[in-house]
Amino acid sequence: MVKRWLLTAIALLPAGLVLAQEGGEIEVQRAHTDIKDLESLRRGAHDFMNYCSGCHSIAYLRYNRMAEDLKIPEKELSANLMFTSQKPFDGIVSAMPADAADWFGKQPPDLSLMAREKGPDYIYSYLKGYYVDATRLWGVNNVYLPGTAMPDVVATVQGLQQPVFKSEKDANGSDHMVLRGVDALTKGSLSPVEYDGFARDIANFLDYAGEPVKAKRQSLGVFVTLFLLVGFVLAYLLKKEYWKDVH
Amino acid sequence: MAAAPESTGETGLLGWIDKRFPLTALWRSQVAEYYAPKNFNFWYYFGSLALLVLVNQLVTGIFLTMNYKPSANEAFASVEYIMRDVNWGWLIRYMHTTGASAFFIVVYLHMFRALLYGSHRKPRELLWIFGCLIFVALMAEGFMGYVLPWGNMSFWGAQVITSLFGSLPVVGGTLVDWIRGDYVISDATLNRFFALHVAAVPIALIFLVIAHLMALHEVGSNNPDGIEIKKHKDANGHPLDGIPFHPYYSVKDLVGVMGFLVIFAAIIFFAPTFGGLFLESPNFSPANPLQTPPHIAPVWYFTPYYAMLRAVPSFAGTQVWGVLVMGSSIVVLFLVPWLDRSPVNSIRYRGPIYKIMLAIFVVSFVILGLCGLKPPSGIYPLLAKICTALYFAFFLLMPWYTRIDRVKPVPERVTGHG
Amino acid sequence: MSGVTVDRVQHGEAVDQSRRRMLTLATAGFGAVGVAFAAVPFISSWQPSVRAKALGAPVSVDASKLEVGQMLKVVWRGQPVVVVRRSKAVIDTLGGHNDLLADPNSDHSLQPGYVKDAGAARARNPEYWVGLAVCTHLGCSPLGAFEPNNAFQVAGTDLGQNWPGGFYCPCHGSKYDISGRVFKSMPAPTNLTVPSYTFSGDARIVIGEDETPKSS
Repeated sequence: MVKRWLLTAIALLPAGLVLAQEGGEIEVQRAHTDIKDLESLRRGAHDFMNYCSGCHSIAYLRYNRMAEDLKIPEKELSANLMFTSQKPFDGIVSAMPADAADWFGKQPPDLSLMAREKGPDYIYSYLKGYYVDATRLWGVNNVYLPGTAMPDVVATVQGLQQPVFKSEKDANGSDHMVLRGVDALTKGSLSPVEYDGFARDIANFLDYAGEPVKAKRQSLGVFVTLFLLVGFVLAYLLKKEYWKDVH
Repeated sequence: MAAAPESTGETGLLGWIDKRFPLTALWRSQVAEYYAPKNFNFWYYFGSLALLVLVNQLVTGIFLTMNYKPSANEAFASVEYIMRDVNWGWLIRYMHTTGASAFFIVVYLHMFRALLYGSHRKPRELLWIFGCLIFVALMAEGFMGYVLPWGNMSFWGAQVITSLFGSLPVVGGTLVDWIRGDYVISDATLNRFFALHVAAVPIALIFLVIAHLMALHEVGSNNPDGIEIKKHKDANGHPLDGIPFHPYYSVKDLVGVMGFLVIFAAIIFFAPTFGGLFLESPNFSPANPLQTPPHIAPVWYFTPYYAMLRAVPSFAGTQVWGVLVMGSSIVVLFLVPWLDRSPVNSIRYRGPIYKIMLAIFVVSFVILGLCGLKPPSGIYPLLAKICTALYFAFFLLMPWYTRIDRVKPVPERVTGHG
Repeated sequence: MSGVTVDRVQHGEAVDQSRRRMLTLATAGFGAVGVAFAAVPFISSWQPSVRAKALGAPVSVDASKLEVGQMLKVVWRGQPVVVVRRSKAVIDTLGGHNDLLADPNSDHSLQPGYVKDAGAARARNPEYWVGLAVCTHLGCSPLGAFEPNNAFQVAGTDLGQNWPGGFYCPCHGSKYDISGRVFKSMPAPTNLTVPSYTFSGDARIVIGEDETPKSS
């Protein structure tokens, strides 16, 4: 617990978030997610349902699989996590209609495998990367996906952020302003540390959603690898014994 | 009319079978009384490991086919179905993807062993050629297998590689459409790749492996000293430096198998994507003909050849030269038994030139692989050009440098044992 | 001699055959266990997948609008399941024709324990009979013919004057009573199969579930 608070405190020390070195790409921030942390996953599931599932499906994850893995009782599942007329064995499908691309410019993608494709660190960073941008349709842009078609759904919890530009020389030697980070603009309902946990929980949950069997796979792996090591030792002893014949 | 089978002296069920099928005879001639050199070392594990991985791919592949749907609409979802809904489907899938990469690691090391000890040389030229044919079949198998999940890298990798054929003069355009079955990579392509990957190429591979083993048993194995063990036989007609494959090499190969399985399991259970090398990240998103992944690269085992392809610039308005160079890099492998003019087989008795050339070859091949993984910018394009030249130098200069190289006296009997 | 000397007496040590046998046995045993472990995922992958189980999930039926003598049909696990509403008069006569039936006590037929224990009514709640509309002869779907003594009520077939009401299979003429019990001398050998089911509410039937489901 203490380590997590310490990490987030350190990560947020500068009031503004300068994310890139001079002239370099803006690096994705490390989320330090832990898929064995069921509490975090449960919070993440809850937050995902409330803030994301309106537009984004995670159709490859079934409600009942999520309930079983995260140890969510059935009453809790149906009361707080299921908002449509779906059944527990259905995949989590948002009510977003198929022509959403007309409204947003792009169909909100299914997020089942987003963590496997871009990584939980990217998701965490993306949720922290919004800033106001008057030139965009929804008035916002994102450091990690420039030109994103997704509105700033976390504005209420995080507050709004403003871009931080730095003057840099380009290849021709002339000065121009380059986006180098974001800074807080308004307050949200969560403090920066709390919001950091919010983003981490969602990234963690999506990491779980990308491969629900991951925790079980790793624990089974310990047993299998040790078993095979024993087998290796046995085979080696057997070989040595028979090869005493060979000169 | 065939001669009546000789009595093997077995009774009971085994005797009944032996009168009708050469079971005991095969066991004796191929295993229990097949004499192999006693000095096999670490490099000799990879043949049996290749066989193990082949069996793994066949078995896991068959089980994947039970739930996989080979249509553009359903393929991606069916893979996720296997990963989530089919009992233990995730394990079968990871065994198959890790096995594919393991196959290439094992085969590359197996081929390297041949170059080390001269296993490609007379009288083993045909053995080597069967091996090269297996390698080509394996590359086709791996390429088509990668298309099947129908992820975005599956689609775009297939698009890029099949387009290569378009650079061939005159027939190029028609050929590409013929391969794809459509004007672009599509459902038609997926379906035929499925048929080839699941049925045709595996059957060809099995035949080639059998031919490879028969060619091996016909002349007997080479060994790290590169000498012919049949030159010195005992009173029973068995090579003095030979030991029966069973039980000595069955038991030793078991050690190799177990060691391999420990590493294999560790990867499957702890790092199945292997940092995006075995399972590439863009492939977790469905095929999208309208959006190319930011960076297309083939799977790691093809990257050396991809780097060579990119290293050759266009000339006279066509890119076919890169395709020809890439193709030649494989063709030249078939010629090695005749390019190698050394009087000795094994690197142990060759001079410094071969050792240096082989080391350069390996290092260039690895660097080419790295270049193929990276985008073609910065230092990589130049590096790829240099290493392509070095790769070909190993083969094309071989008739010359193997002849002028100093050699050491080759012993009559093998040195050491495994 | 070849590179092998099984008899190592010349080096002053005999082959320790028992150690060899023990190691071989230990390794073989270990290998057998390993193979068994390895086989489990492949064999288990043939079990119905999560999707198959989801598609085969219990089906909820609202029989509140069903009138007496009427039948409704739903699909559960790809098979037709019928619910028939029976009048009290019919229920009272159910035990009366046991001597005409091939398996009156359902000893050879398939149904949950609580259905068998219900005797002639063959149902959790005698007012509603639930069962698979799959003839136990060759699998055709029997037709409902629930009015007693009404001959010719089904496709011009004469069911006889003492027809107590029940099911008639048009394929080969098998007849069942209104609890799905097959009459004697029919092509069908056993009574219509009854799946597990339960009531959630007065007339809400959940087919495929044994326990009372938690309220949804």
